[in-house]
Amino acid sequence: MAVEAKAKLSELPIGASAIVRGYPKAGASFLRLREMGVLPGTSVTLVRTAPLGDPLEIKVRGYNLTLRKSEAEHIVVERV
Amino acid sequence: MAPSHPVPGAPRVFALVGNPNCGKSTLFNALTGLKQKVGNYPGVTVEKKIGTAYSQHGQAMTVIDMPGAYSLAARSPDEAVTRDVLLGRRSDTPMPDRIICIVDASNLERSLYLVHQILDLGRPVILVLNMMDIAAKSGFTLRTARLEKELGIPVIPCEAVNGKGLIDLRLAMSRPDLPLSRHAWNIPAAIAPAVAELQASLASDEKPPLSARAEALLLLTDQDAVRVSGSTPLSERTSAILKGWQRRWEGEGTDWAAILVQARYDAIGRIAGEVVQRVPAGPSATERIDMLVTHPLWGWIILGAVMTLVFLGIFTLAEYPMDWIDHRVAGFGGWVRSVLPAGDLRNLLTDGAIAGVGSILVFLPQILILFFFIGLLESTGYMARAAFIMDRLMSRVGLNGRSFIPMLSSYACAIPGIMATRTIEDAKDRLVTILVAPLMSCSARLPVYLLMMAALVPGDRVPLMTKVGLMMLMYGLGTGGAFGFAWLFKRTLLKGAPSMMIMELPPYHLPRLRDVVFQMAERAWVFVRNAGTVILAISIVLWFLSAYPRSPQGAPPQEQLAHSFAGDAGRAMEPLIKPLGFDWRVGIGLISSFAAREVFVSSTAVVFSVDNIGEGKAMNVAPLRTALRDARWPDGRTLFTPLVCLCLMIYYVFAMQCMSTVAVVRRETNSLRWPLFQIVYMTGTAWVVTFIVYQAGRALGF
Repeated sequence: MAVEAKAKLSELPIGASAIVRGYPKAGASFLRLREMGVLPGTSVTLVRTAPLGDPLEIKVRGYNLTLRKSEAEHIVVERV
Repeated sequence: MAPSHPVPGAPRVFALVGNPNCGKSTLFNALTGLKQKVGNYPGVTVEKKIGTAYSQHGQAMTVIDMPGAYSLAARSPDEAVTRDVLLGRRSDTPMPDRIICIVDASNLERSLYLVHQILDLGRPVILVLNMMDIAAKSGFTLRTARLEKELGIPVIPCEAVNGKGLIDLRLAMSRPDLPLSRHAWNIPAAIAPAVAELQASLASDEKPPLSARAEALLLLTDQDAVRVSGSTPLSERTSAILKGWQRRWEGEGTDWAAILVQARYDAIGRIAGEVVQRVPAGPSATERIDMLVTHPLWGWIILGAVMTLVFLGIFTLAEYPMDWIDHRVAGFGGWVRSVLPAGDLRNLLTDGAIAGVGSILVFLPQILILFFFIGLLESTGYMARAAFIMDRLMSRVGLNGRSFIPMLSSYACAIPGIMATRTIEDAKDRLVTILVAPLMSCSARLPVYLLMMAALVPGDRVPLMTKVGLMMLMYGLGTGGAFGFAWLFKRTLLKGAPSMMIMELPPYHLPRLRDVVFQMAERAWVFVRNAGTVILAISIVLWFLSAYPRSPQGAPPQEQLAHSFAGDAGRAMEPLIKPLGFDWRVGIGLISSFAAREVFVSSTAVVFSVDNIGEGKAMNVAPLRTALRDARWPDGRTLFTPLVCLCLMIYYVFAMQCMSTVAVVRRETNSLRWPLFQIVYMTGTAWVVTFIVYQAGRALGF
């Protein structure tokens, strides 16, 4: 069950919440994401995508953050 | 405990630090009023704002408004400057004695990350919880006393917009005994030895011990991609230690940066758990607005409407002050003419200095209005939404959504567009945007387009469809060129890591008119002061070129111009522009329009000896059009064939012919290299494209 619930952040349906499970350590954008509070164990909600489908808007720690699909693809989450 | 001030009696220096969009500027304006000095940090294009605040007893205190930052591990020049000032790495700015951290109370957890880094610095900190009203409305209850106890520093609830909490803040600022934070957190075991070693090395570079520890911690997350000019580099020993540890961790697979960030957030999470209580509230106003503003259909309509409004505003509102300034400048020139005896000095003043400065001042209303709208979009929060919507399109050429507003603004005038690029975090994205922005057809090109269209079509009126078609072609060429070159530069010259779009969508706010007007005036003044001197100098040179050597007394103006240095230059460059279908007289127009593109029209009028075509609305191009149609090459061929008119328009689309823009680019890139490169690549493209069109047109028999 829990295994099945693993997904990429970019594949979450709009409105769905999930817990971040992990993402790559390399890369400036992932460090910035961590500093913005997106960490393994953090709960995120996919709020919407931009009108052209990219970037994504997520709600994390009570505020709204955008990131591109290309970044969200590397973020493994677990649906709740 | 608090570091003693080096000069007794000198005002204490406070740094005001906070995330973007937390109301920092509003607080800074409220604290310092009009007592501000705005400039640049030497060597970087980051705004330096220093103001004076007064304590409740009238004692002066210096406040430095640091650029907005999410983290001291810098990702942008703005953050790098904040980091460097706080660490005392900049010799041009005093290391602040005390730090005021301002956070958005409705977004405490994320905001505490920066605060957490700052508490490490070992200097007295005052924490300001701003926007308490909004936090309350969103269902947050903050136990301030508890937070004060946890951190051991003064915590001041505040509503900077209404001035609430300012007295408490001033009282805290003037306390002689501000405590250092008691907050203790454990550096994770995996990285603790490295921190200790780096700290020891930094401390032997004569840094205070706590500051050395803070810097050691920072080095683990700061990949120092943003090394800005004016910042003192690390000592060799320190960087060697850092590199050694990084190699070792890479070998072991230890993600040191992630461990550190996680440890900070763990500590923050514990504090927030104690301090923040939230009653779930219904969807906030921001959420409701965003449903519409980022809607797949309505989002576009709203974006289109907002932009149309901005442009309508610019073109309709700017017209009156522009006419007024035009008249004033002309009137002033006339007055100078009437009081000074005829001679070179008089001409230098009226035709050189006054006319040159006037040609810039005339654009000032447009620039001001555009700054006003940009400020409005920024302060309401809509700017971030526009960037969110446009990011996908901008990413096709390797830019990100934040380049959209600067590029769009450049349709009115590239100057505010280029100055608005400061919101682009990534230094390379920002430079690419600056380089291509002047390709967007600005309003100064319109008179040239209109004149050439009038000359292109037989008869008195240009058919509407021709006009629309040609205009669209020109705007399309410019826009296509801008995006094409952006794509090219991102792939070649300014290749870098793919730009990211990790951006906060801040809650909407009602704009603070005072702050917006303040910022508009500041930016406009920066433009006038910095560009003004360059423009004055170039205007005088251009005047000199067209006024010397002098023709005999009483020679008609076109004679004078024809035999001037400018005329010589026009003739000298004729071989260069003949392949484009232009003769030396057009060459004079091209040279003179370096003052501002629309000067082409008036200088062409002089060259083709058309008297007084009037200016602005009263401009009547009919005589000039007739003169252009009658113009011939020496061998009797028509000069302004439809093909040549079209070529001239195309040339104006691409060529860099605006010294104000050059001056602004020089300032914003802090180098001479980039504006020179811009002149070369734009004018080179103009030549090549025009050459192809002209030669192809000729071959096809036009």
